[in-house]
Amino acid sequence: MRRRVFLVTGIVLVALVLAVALVSLFWTPFPAADTTGGRLEGPGAHHLLGTDKLGRDLLTRLMIGARIAVAVGLGAVALGAVLGGLAGLLAGFANRWLDDTLAALLDILIAFPTLLLAMLVVAARGASLASAIVAIGLAMSAIVARLTRVLVKRVLAMDYVTAARTSGVSWPRIVTAHVLPNIWPTLAVNLALQFGLAVLAEASLSYLGLGPPPPNASWGRLLQEAQSTVLTAPTGAIAPGVLLVVLVVGVNLLADGLRDVADPTRRGHR
Amino acid sequence: MTRYLVRRAALLVGTLLLASVVLFLLLRLLPGDPANALLSVGATPDQVAAARHQIGTDRPLPAQFGHWLSQLATLHFGDSFVSSLPVGPEIVSRLSVTVPLTLAAFVLAVVVAVPVGFLAAHRAHTWYGALAGLVSQLGIAVPAFWLGLLLVWVFALNLRVLPAGGFPPDGWSSFPDAFRALVLPVVTVAVVMAASLIRYVRSATLDVLGSDHLRTARALGSSFPGAMWRHGVRNAAVPVVSVLGIELATTFLGAVVIESVFALPGLGSMLVRGIAQHDYPVIQGVLFVSTLAVLVVGFLADIAQRLIDPRLRGGIAR
Repeated sequence: MRRRVFLVTGIVLVALVLAVALVSLFWTPFPAADTTGGRLEGPGAHHLLGTDKLGRDLLTRLMIGARIAVAVGLGAVALGAVLGGLAGLLAGFANRWLDDTLAALLDILIAFPTLLLAMLVVAARGASLASAIVAIGLAMSAIVARLTRVLVKRVLAMDYVTAARTSGVSWPRIVTAHVLPNIWPTLAVNLALQFGLAVLAEASLSYLGLGPPPPNASWGRLLQEAQSTVLTAPTGAIAPGVLLVVLVVGVNLLADGLRDVADPTRRGHR
Repeated sequence: MTRYLVRRAALLVGTLLLASVVLFLLLRLLPGDPANALLSVGATPDQVAAARHQIGTDRPLPAQFGHWLSQLATLHFGDSFVSSLPVGPEIVSRLSVTVPLTLAAFVLAVVVAVPVGFLAAHRAHTWYGALAGLVSQLGIAVPAFWLGLLLVWVFALNLRVLPAGGFPPDGWSSFPDAFRALVLPVVTVAVVMAASLIRYVRSATLDVLGSDHLRTARALGSSFPGAMWRHGVRNAAVPVVSVLGIELATTFLGAVVIESVFALPGLGSMLVRGIAQHDYPVIQGVLFVSTLAVLVVGFLADIAQRLIDPRLRGGIAR
């Protein structure tokens, strides 16, 4: 029962951020580059959450930041799932030699943490939204590939796969009928967790000044800009962090809840 | 065990070699000519060629790679393209910030997370268990740099008890200042690390608490602490140790961001500078040392696991 509460909380938190991101596509309190507000105003009637040191409306920037966080999360997960999923399938089906090679390569890639790989990619492509997505998605694909490989191997070792092969079922059919249905629940839960990690990685990149450039800046950059004015305008240094935590906690709770739904044996104890 | 040690050490060296190839190639795929870092805008083609020759990027890739490897073998990392100073000594001096930061945070995180995680499992169905779960959920979602920013706000700017950032120029010679400079960064890193450690300790403890052999030991009259000590701790320690290895490595590399929050002259800020300036020897040197650290930690964690769990010693060494 408590697990159900977590799942619902997760869904609500994620839906909240998604809604803000969607609304920002059609409406924000002020235009993104509007600098007509006073500098470092506190929260008030005109600017609900106040302004930053250039006079930009904080609520507007937060809403655009939500859009960027969601875009990076979804984009990176899509890229990581497709690339990593295919590589993992390939390794899972490959002969011993190819499989060992791929596995060793993946281990090395994983030894480089996401953030470092992402920094290299950004250094190569220049800082932009697309760079952040590509960078984080690429780093993620190694992790997804390793997981997919293990899951595929586990399914392929099952007697029902051997039985299917013996009765002449083709490999593509085995993938669609046996492998994918058996591995997707675990994979989906992991991808949800990866979404949270991608959002955090993008925030770190942006904090270091390697994310999407202003005025469409992400939460990480807002935090970096607010750091020097935290004494006079604390809202700017608190609000983006709170939203980051809301989104990531939401996604993690969602993933935990999904795991319990997908795997009945985990229900009840943990 | 000796055979395993030899095999595992060989794997370590092999991976390191492979990683250095990957590192080298990855860097050469970056667009942008490092020679530009040496030149002013509007340099003539002759000057560009001279600059390339000076830093050696006009030579074929295999020659450059061979040169780098031979330098590595003698523990030299070459000279910075930008400042022409040797990279090795700078790495060493910056390690004197990054290594204490990482190790202190690691120790603090373990000291906090092990008892908290154990109690969270032992009292899983009480408010304490729920609270520990909630705190670690939150801790995992909090970006380290934001936590650092908040700590600076509270302890440095409002309470004024600790410095907001920076490191004494003469380093550890002025020990009290260096120590105070590292307090907030260490706490920041440790909190984030402890949050995820708590989850692992908790789930490892839950597995052990539910095990048949522990129940049998209790049924035969062992006290709970006695049974835990003889039959529980080792079993719970095996998965935790492997996570510890990964965490330690992640922390070492995660220092990149924390060092820029607190303006610390560590390995991380050196890397950020190297990437911005296309300074290959600096990037290569820092990433090589980081990779080496990650791999050595993994090596030690694997050996520790085998010392703890005799079942792993026989069997398939992997």
